[in-house]
Amino acid sequence: MRREPARTFSDLLPLLFPAAVLVVFFVIPFGIMVAVSFFRRQQGGFYTVDFVVANYERFLTPFFGSVLGFSLFLAMAVAVCCVVVALPFTSFLSGCSRRVQVVWLVGILAILSLSEVIIGFAWSTLFSRTAGIGNLLAALGLMEAPKALLPGFGAVLTGMIYQALPFTILLLYPSLMRLDPSLLEAARTLGASPLRGFVSVVVPALRHTIAATLIMVFVFALGSYLLPQILGRPQHWTLSVLITDQAIYQSNMPFAAAMAVFLVLISLALVGLVLLVGGRREAA
Amino acid sequence: MSALTLEGVTKRFGSLVAVDDVSLTVLKGTFVCLLGPSGCGKTTLLRLIAGLEAPSAGRILLAGAEVTGLPTHKRDFGMVFQSLALFPHLSVRDNIAYPLRIRGAAKAEWESRVGELLDLVHLQDHGERPVSRLSGGQRQRVAIARALAVSPRLFLLDEPLSALDAKLREAMQVELRQLQQKLGITTIVVTHDQREAMTMADLVVVMGDGRIHQAAAPVEIYRKPADAFVADFIGSTNLLDIAASGSSQALFDGVPLPGVILPAGVQRARLSIRPEDVRLTDPANATLTGRVTFLRDLGGTVETFVEAADTTIVAVSTRREQTQVAAGEQIGIRLPAEACVVLTR
Ligand SMILES: Nc1ncnc2c1ncn2[C@@H]1O[C@H](COP(=O)(O)OP(=O)(O)O)[C@@H](O)[C@H]1O
Ligand SMILES: [Mg+2]
Repeated sequence: MRREPARTFSDLLPLLFPAAVLVVFFVIPFGIMVAVSFFRRQQGGFYTVDFVVANYERFLTPFFGSVLGFSLFLAMAVAVCCVVVALPFTSFLSGCSRRVQVVWLVGILAILSLSEVIIGFAWSTLFSRTAGIGNLLAALGLMEAPKALLPGFGAVLTGMIYQALPFTILLLYPSLMRLDPSLLEAARTLGASPLRGFVSVVVPALRHTIAATLIMVFVFALGSYLLPQILGRPQHWTLSVLITDQAIYQSNMPFAAAMAVFLVLISLALVGLVLLVGGRREAA
Repeated sequence: MSALTLEGVTKRFGSLVAVDDVSLTVLKGTFVCLLGPSGCGKTTLLRLIAGLEAPSAGRILLAGAEVTGLPTHKRDFGMVFQSLALFPHLSVRDNIAYPLRIRGAAKAEWESRVGELLDLVHLQDHGERPVSRLSGGQRQRVAIARALAVSPRLFLLDEPLSALDAKLREAMQVELRQLQQKLGITTIVVTHDQREAMTMADLVVVMGDGRIHQAAAPVEIYRKPADAFVADFIGSTNLLDIAASGSSQALFDGVPLPGVILPAGVQRARLSIRPEDVRLTDPANATLTGRVTFLRDLGGTVETFVEAADTTIVAVSTRREQTQVAAGEQIGIRLPAEACVVLTR
């Protein structure tokens, strides 16, 4: 298909609105952040306009390396766990009747509307020694005495999966609804058990959706800064926590901005890498 | 030997009875067509046989052994779905190899089998293509080859040709029939197209409202429909309400129909006669007389609509036999006894 080149101003009008939104809500704030990240910090005050790279130099310490590494690892773990749980669930849901689907989707949207604060405190109660599920496990004989399940990595991971799972399900749902349900049935008539059929047919048929979902959930999880603080120990704090800390409590805007810019660049690089690898495999 | 036996198979979806007490025996190597209007439960019956649905009641036996509770993947049936359900991420070769690889066949083994199957369906040169880049007829063949890859005990197809255009469909009907005869495989095809059923089947099973109305050879279905539903669904027919006289002689509107006898004890029945069997004559030496209401001249044949005793009787004749009549005139009708089928149900 060939397109006519745009000739008049009115031809360009439909492009103007998205372009304006992009500039106002993304390019300008990000530009300001990049600029601030090079400013000089004023001890006890704010910052002065300058051009220094000191804010970026501070990354080159083992401490920041390990925080960054942990942040990326945590976001990836959340993304993988969410997709692994959400894929079979959403696949099952897509085979249910319309009424059942609506009820579930409304429930899922309700969870999505909960703020990170509420999720964090709800799970911290659930994981506590006095009121938590430890009591339930002890009553069932699975645990000798009620124990607190937090702070710890498991608690952080659980909370973040809980937060990202509805999002993951909603991302997967349209593709699974569009997928021909007879694909799995065909696999079964051809000798594959339901599980084998799911892994060998449904998963590969949805590989693009799965890759896109992994990336989106990864980015979503990367932004979480309250849950690691509420449910984790200091070693479970992510870069987002440090950014908040620097920006709000230490009033070190330039350093916070530098970290934010760095995080965005790393995420973009990772996403680009995934797309590149996916694209190369596709071409082969 | 019977390949497949259904005993009182019933499937209910809530209050809806999709398949109602179906019993059927299919001999080995038979080509069966499940024929019926849309929504009559054909797909559901095929899915019950494949194990994709569990029957609410009844038993399914394969070569004498019960398979009612056996999971689909252990039945070794080949099935072609209405949507074909080709795996979009795999090439033609990998689609066909799927059932072989699932069963753990060695590479050399499945490769040679896939080669044979590609030959069988005339797709030798298309093995490496992604299935999305095939024409409708080629996709059809891939689905057939994939279903036949492990030499299934039963070959099931759900409206396999409905997505093809008319010309290709006719060619594929012949091809499918020849393939089935070559392999001698017991085959069940769902269709709502009676021409398709007549072309391919050894045994036509006419379904309506979840029940089997008649299971017989195509010619018998046409000549000796078991009930009014079958007579009406297969081809077109005239249905006349008839009553018995004292001596079981059939009366239509009080007029005796020579040679047509009702079974003993039956007072009322319907008579089915095909339009091409209705003879138009001079009112003077006719069994019935009526008024011509409409003439449809199709060039080769002429359809004459005659109204007699509030019933419209259609007669089809060739142009040469056609007596010269015009709409509104009186005309005589003879119903040859050998072409009349008395339907008591
Ligand atoms: N999974 C199902 N749930 C509820 N009703 C169904 C289901 N599958 C089929 N039906 C109903 O059963 C009847 C028969 O359907 P089907 O077997 O698909 O007919 P056919 O293939 O002859 O057109 C239809 O009325 C259909 O709506
Ligand atoms: Mg159907």
